[in-house]
Amino acid sequence: MSTRTILDPTGERSVAERARLARPASLDGLTVGLLDISKPRGDVFLDRIEQRLVGVGASVKRYKKPTFAKPAPVDLRHEIATECQVVIEALAD
Amino acid sequence: MDKPVLPDGLVVVVKRDCETCQTVVPVLQQLASLTDLTVYTQDDPDFPGDPAAIHDADLAVSWHHDIETVPTLIRVENGVEVDRTFGWLRTAWEEFTGFEGLGDGLPPMRPGCGSKSVDPDLVDELAVRHGGSILRSRRIEVAEAEDDIEMMFTRGWSDGLPVVPPTEERVLKMLGGTTRAPDEIVATVPPDLVDATVEKIAIAAVMAGCLPEYLPWVLTAVEAVCNDEFNMHGLLATTMPVGPVLVCSGPGTRKIGMNSGVNALGQGNRANSTIGRALQLVVRNIGGGRPGEVDRAAQGNPAKVGFCFAEADHESPFGTLAAQRGLDGDVDAITVFGGEGPRGVVDQLSRTPESLANTLAHQLQVLHHHKLVTAFDAILVLGPEHARVFREAGWDRDRIIFELHLRLTTPFDELVRGAGGIEEGIPAQAAAGFLAPDTSDGPTALPKFRPDGLMLAYAGGGAGLFSSIIPGWVNGDTGSKPVTRAVQY
Repeated sequence: MSTRTILDPTGERSVAERARLARPASLDGLTVGLLDISKPRGDVFLDRIEQRLVGVGASVKRYKKPTFAKPAPVDLRHEIATECQVVIEALAD
Repeated sequence: MDKPVLPDGLVVVVKRDCETCQTVVPVLQQLASLTDLTVYTQDDPDFPGDPAAIHDADLAVSWHHDIETVPTLIRVENGVEVDRTFGWLRTAWEEFTGFEGLGDGLPPMRPGCGSKSVDPDLVDELAVRHGGSILRSRRIEVAEAEDDIEMMFTRGWSDGLPVVPPTEERVLKMLGGTTRAPDEIVATVPPDLVDATVEKIAIAAVMAGCLPEYLPWVLTAVEAVCNDEFNMHGLLATTMPVGPVLVCSGPGTRKIGMNSGVNALGQGNRANSTIGRALQLVVRNIGGGRPGEVDRAAQGNPAKVGFCFAEADHESPFGTLAAQRGLDGDVDAITVFGGEGPRGVVDQLSRTPESLANTLAHQLQVLHHHKLVTAFDAILVLGPEHARVFREAGWDRDRIIFELHLRLTTPFDELVRGAGGIEEGIPAQAAAGFLAPDTSDGPTALPKFRPDGLMLAYAGGGAGLFSSIIPGWVNGDTGSKPVTRAVQY
């Protein structure tokens, strides 16, 4: 089955996305997701971030959006949410 | 998408996968030479070829114009359909078109085939494609690898049990259960005071597991609780273990398969279980009323998942609760009552109405606390075998309630704070605030219930000398009053 759509059952007073978790006190032992938004040389920046994170005890998983011009596909968001406890979402240009 | 306008003249809708459509091709050729004829084909764009057809590839024409059978022949004037016939019947087509000698050599009659637009495998998808734009709710995408039911738990939309994902197909089908427009505002739902449309309530009904024919009952229940009289906000916010109890009656309860017999107050019947649940999901998701937030119930009760049952009004010797509250007895109706879960009354030996009334009065006196009076209402659900004792003695509804009230007056000095070694009770200065009941106990006795605070319902299986009592919440202007509404379809 392809991506399914359901209707929001709420009063729609808040955004549909789920609230973020609280920031962890330490990254030690956690898996951090790094999302490359597909801008040129973004990987250079993320390579350095990965080195620094691994240095403080985190493990890192890398992801890439198909295009920086559109929001991350729902399947990619779900994959990151399933595999990581922390995600760093940032823009480098 | 808007309804496509048909061209003036004759319009025929056909498909190759229909023998009758193939049979009438010579007739279509005749008509095309005689008048303005537009042919729509549902499947093969090259059928019939002569005359050429417009391919109704997305079935928009067929769906919007309610084509159920092919061939369907329609006459259009000024963009408006004025008549239609379907299948092949020479005499009907000749009369319809005004042309003689149609289809010489063809059999005089052939029944049509099912339109592709009503194919059971396609009909839900078509409803979304062509009718989905009427839905205003925000769309939420579920990832391919995501379990939609788990996703709904995670977002906090469940009452603790799995909910049915409200897809556009399911919600459109649910909306077919009412004539009310999807964007009609039904009620303003507490605690967030959000206007709930028919569509939003249909979403809750889908999630609860309702069938479309239950929707009018859910809509009526939502209207009945969301007002100052019933005070859904207070019922939600209280620390007491109460929720909305729905007592349904009328022939419509049997049409939708509600249970008023064996285990009427229990599990296992889809309508009973899901109508009450849908109401609670409306309060939770549209109104934002969740346990631990505005719902402050100290303990709650399992009936807060949803408590809804039907009266066996077709067998009741005493009419219905709705009739007691002023509606005609045969009207489909819901009475909403702010109440706890039911508690059973066992009396297997009383065969006189007086003895049974004594038992019931004792059990009613102790609701909430035997020393607290007039602050709470109650519904007594008489089981058929208990009701029979009263019926055989000639006691009607008014007599039963009168006799119970007589037995439910207690001397004030037994109710006052401290009496019986119990600190709970009536404050000493409160005696003046009560009207003295007209009983032999005189003005020093107090009634358990206010005059209309004891209500009767009738439900249950035919074997078992039992009844049930549903204790209420704070009654009157400071709490919740029962509300009875006729079901609006």
